[in-house]
Amino acid sequence: MRILVVEDDKDVAGFVVKGLREAGHAVEYADNGRDGLFLAASENFDAIILDRMLPGGIDGLRLLETLRAQDNATPVVFLSALTQVDDRVRGLKAGGDDYLTKPFAFAELLARVEALARRGKGDGPATRLTVGDLEMDLLSRSVRRGTQKIDLQPREFRLLEYLMRHAGQVVTRTMLLEGVWDYHFDPQTNVIDVHISRLRQKIDKPFDQPLLHTVRNAGYMLRAEEA
Amino acid sequence: MDEIQPLTPDTRRKQYTPRGENGPGRRPQPLIRSAGIRFALGYGVVFVLAAFVLAFSLWHSTADVLQQQVEISIHDDATMLAEHDQIGGAQSVAAALQDRLANRQNTDGIYLLEDAAGNRMAGNLDQWPVGLTQMDTWYELPVRHGGEESVALLRAMQLPTGEKLLVGRDVRALIGLHDTLRDAMIGAASLIVLLGLLSTLLIRALFRRVIRDISTTTRAIAQGDLSRRVPRTGKGDEFDELAGVINDMLDRISRLMDGVRQVSNAIAHDLRTPITRARARLEDAAAHACSPDEVQNAIERATQDLDGIVRVFEALLRIAEIEAGARRAAFFAVDLSPMLRDMDELYQAVADERGLHLQTNIATTLPVFGDRDLVQQAVANLLDNALKFSTPGEVIRLFATLNRGMVEISVADRGPGIAEADRARATERFFRAETARNTEGSGLGLALVAAVAQLHNGTLELLDNKPGLWAVLRIPAQLSAA
Repeated sequence: MRILVVEDDKDVAGFVVKGLREAGHAVEYADNGRDGLFLAASENFDAIILDRMLPGGIDGLRLLETLRAQDNATPVVFLSALTQVDDRVRGLKAGGDDYLTKPFAFAELLARVEALARRGKGDGPATRLTVGDLEMDLLSRSVRRGTQKIDLQPREFRLLEYLMRHAGQVVTRTMLLEGVWDYHFDPQTNVIDVHISRLRQKIDKPFDQPLLHTVRNAGYMLRAEEA
Repeated sequence: MDEIQPLTPDTRRKQYTPRGENGPGRRPQPLIRSAGIRFALGYGVVFVLAAFVLAFSLWHSTADVLQQQVEISIHDDATMLAEHDQIGGAQSVAAALQDRLANRQNTDGIYLLEDAAGNRMAGNLDQWPVGLTQMDTWYELPVRHGGEESVALLRAMQLPTGEKLLVGRDVRALIGLHDTLRDAMIGAASLIVLLGLLSTLLIRALFRRVIRDISTTTRAIAQGDLSRRVPRTGKGDEFDELAGVINDMLDRISRLMDGVRQVSNAIAHDLRTPITRARARLEDAAAHACSPDEVQNAIERATQDLDGIVRVFEALLRIAEIEAGARRAAFFAVDLSPMLRDMDELYQAVADERGLHLQTNIATTLPVFGDRDLVQQAVANLLDNALKFSTPGEVIRLFATLNRGMVEISVADRGPGIAEADRARATERFFRAETARNTEGSGLGLALVAAVAQLHNGTLELLDNKPGLWAVLRIPAQLSAA
C-alpha cells in the first residue's frame, strides 16, 4: 500500500516510516504541512498518517480540511499529542478517520492504518464472510466451520464478525474495545483476552487448524494458514 | 521589616508610578493614606456638624422665639394704646399708662408719652432714650427705669394728635438668657469637638486593630506561611464575620495547595518508580546483556514500564480535564441502561474466568443528562477494583436503579474493603489504602469516579459491605426524556 506520513518530529517520523516499510508498504514522507498537502493532493495514497501540529503555516487540521474540500477521501489517521476529548472530536469532525494519541505503540498505528486502508478499498456490502473453512452468513447470522455449525452469543458473533472483516490484519485490543464494545478507554482488566479465549474455545478448539492467532505485543489476527 | 521590603508602599510606588506623576521624589502622606484616619476623620466631622446643627436649632427655638414673643407683645400693647388715643386722645393714653404702671405684675413694661413739645406726660422713663430717632422701628437700647440701668426693646410711634408714644419691654432677663445659652453652647461645642476627636481616635484604633489582624495574616500568607489565620473576636459582629469568611477562604486555598502538593509528590513518587525501573533495565542491558535475546527482553520490559507511566499520565490528565468541567459541553440525554448491560456482558466473562459471581440487576431505563463514555469509564473502574480485590468464589454485585430522582449505580464486593478511616481519602489521587499496597494499580481509579460523579452533579459514596466495599455512584436522573 502507498502511505503518506506527515510528521515534523524526525525521530518519530523515521521510526514510523521504517516500520511501515518493513511491513511492506511504500511510504512517502513530508516534514511540514505545505509539502504534505502538496503530496496528498497530487498523488494517490491508500492512507495518510497526519500529525496534528505541524510547522509551515498549515497544521494537520487545515491540511485535512483542504484535502476534503477537494473531494479527496483518502483515509486519514491523526497522530497527536493533544489528548483532550475536544481535540479528538475536532480531528474527527475535520474528516479524520481515526485518532491516535502520542505516545503510541507502532503495532497499534500499523493495525489501524492497515484496517483503514483496507476499508478504503470498499469491496461493497458483503452478506458472507469467509476465512479458510470458517464461514459467516450475515443475513441468517449463522456461523459454521467446515461442516460443523457453531453457536455464538450475539456479542461473540460481533467479535468474530469484526475479526473476519479484518482477516489477515492485526487487530489490537483497543480496536476491539472500540469496534465491538464501543469502549473508548483501556480497562485495567484483561476483558478482551477473556472474550477472545472464549471465542477461541468455540471456533478453534475442536479443530486441528487454529485460525485465531495472538500477535505478541500487538493483538490478534484471524487468518487461514500459518504464515 | 527587611524581609517584607517588596510589599512596602515605597517600593511599590517605584515600580508602578506612571510617568505622569511626580514620581519617587514625592513623600508618602501617611495620615491621609491611612484609611483608618480618613474614616475616623469623616466620622468626627459628621459628629461635630450634627452637634452644631442641633445647637443652632436649639438656639433658634429658644432665643429667637422669646425675642419674637416680646416683639409681639410690644406690638399688641402699642396697638391697644393707639386705640385709646383714637377714642380719648392723649389724656386717655396717659390714663391707660398710669393704670398699667400701677399694676405690680407688669414690671417689664416700659412706657413714655411725650407731647409735641417733648415734655413728659406719662410713663416710667425719665427721658426719651438717646438714639431713638425713627418712628415705627425696633430699637434695643440701654434705659434707666425704676432706679436701675437696664436694656429694653423699644418701639416709638407718633400719635395723630402730635404726641409721641414709646412702648417697650425690659429685656435684661432675655439678654441674660441669651448669654447663658451662648456660654452653654460654647462649652458644649468644645466638649463636642473633644468627644468627636476622642471617638475619632477610638474608631481609628478599632479600625487599625481589625485591619492589622487581617493584613498581618494575609501578608504572612503571601510570604508562604499558610497556617496563619485571622484571629476571631467571637463577638459575631461584622468584623468577626469578615474574619470568618477570610479564614474559610484560607482554609480552602490551603486544602487546594495541599492537594496540589500531594499530587505533585505522588507524581514524583509514583512515576519515579517505574521510570527508575525502566532506566535500570535499559542500563543493565546495555552494560551486562550477553545475548540479543536479553537485550530484546530488557527493551520490551522497559517499553511496558513506559506504557504504564503513560497510562498514569493519561488518567491524571483525564481527571484534570473532568474536574475542569470542560466535558459538560459534550453532555447529552442518554439512557445508561444499555451501556450498563453491555458492561455486564463484558465483565461477566472475566468474572467467570476468575471464579467469581457477578450478579447484576439493571433497571430497564436509566435516563441521565451526561457523558456516556465517562460514566462507562467510572463504572469500569469500580468493576475493575471489585475484580482486583475479590478472591475466587466471592460475589460481586452490580446494581443500577432509579431511586428518588437519582440513577443509582452500585458496585459491591466481598474483598478487604476500605477501612473507615481511609474512606474519606480513598478518592484522593494516588491514595492507596494499606490493604491495597501490594496489589497492582495507580491509585487513580476512585479519584476518577469521584470526578465523574462531581461533573454530573452527583455523588460517590463508599460504604462498608461487611465485609468488602460498596461503592454507590449517584447521578441525577433526567425524567423528562429529551
